[in-house]
Amino acid sequence: MPKQSPIPDELDKPFWDACNEERLIAQNCTACDRMQYPPEKECSNCESGDNLGWRELSGRGKIYGYGVIFDCPIKALQPDQPFNLAVIQLDEDPGVVMYSHLPGTPVDEVPVGASVRAIFETTPGTGQKVCEWEVIS
Amino acid sequence: MATDPTQSAPASLYRNREGLGVWEHRGKVAAVGVGHSPTSRRWDSEADTSVGAWSLIALRQAIDDAGVPPDQIDGLVICPSTTTGAHWQEGMPIPWDVVNSFNATDDPLDGIAKLSTEWILKNMPELTNVKFTMYGMGCMSNAIVVAAQAIGDGKANTCLVLKGWHNLTGRYYQGGAAAEETISGPAKWSSLWGPPASYSTAMQFQAYCHKYGVNHDMMAPFVVNSKKNGLLFPEGFFYQNRPEELTVEDYISARWVAKPANLYDNDMPIMACAAYLFTTAERAKDMKQKPVYILNHASTNSLYFFPGRVSRGMVATLEEIEAETDSTGRKLLEGAGITPKDLSFENMYDGFSIFHHFHMEGLRYAGVQRGEALDFYQTDITNSGPNPVSPSGGNIGSGRTRTWMHTDSIQQIQGRAGARQITKKAEIGVSGGPMPDQGNFTVWGASPD
Repeated sequence: MPKQSPIPDELDKPFWDACNEERLIAQNCTACDRMQYPPEKECSNCESGDNLGWRELSGRGKIYGYGVIFDCPIKALQPDQPFNLAVIQLDEDPGVVMYSHLPGTPVDEVPVGASVRAIFETTPGTGQKVCEWEVIS
Repeated sequence: MATDPTQSAPASLYRNREGLGVWEHRGKVAAVGVGHSPTSRRWDSEADTSVGAWSLIALRQAIDDAGVPPDQIDGLVICPSTTTGAHWQEGMPIPWDVVNSFNATDDPLDGIAKLSTEWILKNMPELTNVKFTMYGMGCMSNAIVVAAQAIGDGKANTCLVLKGWHNLTGRYYQGGAAAEETISGPAKWSSLWGPPASYSTAMQFQAYCHKYGVNHDMMAPFVVNSKKNGLLFPEGFFYQNRPEELTVEDYISARWVAKPANLYDNDMPIMACAAYLFTTAERAKDMKQKPVYILNHASTNSLYFFPGRVSRGMVATLEEIEAETDSTGRKLLEGAGITPKDLSFENMYDGFSIFHHFHMEGLRYAGVQRGEALDFYQTDITNSGPNPVSPSGGNIGSGRTRTWMHTDSIQQIQGRAGARQITKKAEIGVSGGPMPDQGNFTVWGASPD
């Protein structure tokens, strides 16, 4: 599905650069040993930005849950309605969740609990790649 | 005029931790006045129907309702944002005729697409003695707890509380950045995937149905009852503009927005303003209406618009929502010194209908435990029954304002809820929201003791 192209900023540029290299990383506080996504200026636990860095991820996860979008506010996605919008828990830390349209999975036939792997899609606006997830068959 | 620039309420005014004990000001602050503007679906671009004009109507009604001379009011707490999705897009022309119909501030959209305490005070010259002003961000539920704590702390004695909503031509949340090929700023993290506002709740509700073996159709009695209660709310949008009943079949067959959230699970954006007058319990004795005492206020661990999210990811999971609403329930009961059995009714937030039960189960209202709410909805939850659920009808019943639940709680306890008056004696009730993982809540009582 043709998504909007995200414009990186100073805070999140490492994440988007990694996506362009087809790598998945997440922000990590080494003091708390705690990841968070999306990236923020401070760790949401210790509220300090001093120990924030980036952690390489395996790109593996599981489907926690989903909904089916019939009335999307984003113009670029409206032609593809209805579509799945799933929540993916990272294998490294199920407390960190990401979104996915689950390309290849039929609408409203989402296998909750199934294993998924990260793939990368190119967005049409700028060519920026974004992380998606597909079910491992 | 206020002597200091208005600030957002500091975190110290909120009770967002468990174990704080009974609220130190329990029963010492009271609601004594209620005011509502007319309602409409969208703004017609006229000055006298702007969110500013209607805020003035609501505020003056609240003052009249309480019977307090305006020069005795020394506090004003408002929510400065007046929409969640009808933003004044860049490049839209400023309606100068409307701006110049009022005493404007430096921001021409003040009174049209936002509100400041400065704008209010410039346009209510009768408020000659306001010395305390503060912003409760996001929601009336926030402004209420800020005003209650401020009065309890002695920062103000008699305080107006206001929330206004504007709505513009066009579809909510659409246009602007949502229509662009690229996306910048924090919105990028969700816009790429296009969730409508109700998505996160829909996803959590789907997980709830899976966990407890229930289904979306079981929501019908709640939504139908809420719509019915809304049609008994003279201040509400549907009472005034679309007095149409909803049937179970209407609900079940409605189009999906974010399955499993359908059209009627989503509250409808409208224009409306509501205001309350709070004062000390001592001062309340002399006012026109029966005082409704504030027995406690509590907030989620993650304060609305403050750092510290419940979730470390894009959206809270059901487990995180259940833990948070359990915590909120404990905080509310502990601070008020009550048990769930003491609640005559609950008016927890419903805009989206499919998270109302997260709030309600957190309270253990009527003994309802986790996973039992949808079965409970199949029992008598009407205002004439033993366990009234959302007697206001909430946002589902009267449109998106996040105020009906508070107005109804006050009116129920005062015995002036009219056709909505619950049959059982209304002694203690609870209201608040908006989100299960980010919100502010108030316990109201007929007695200060």
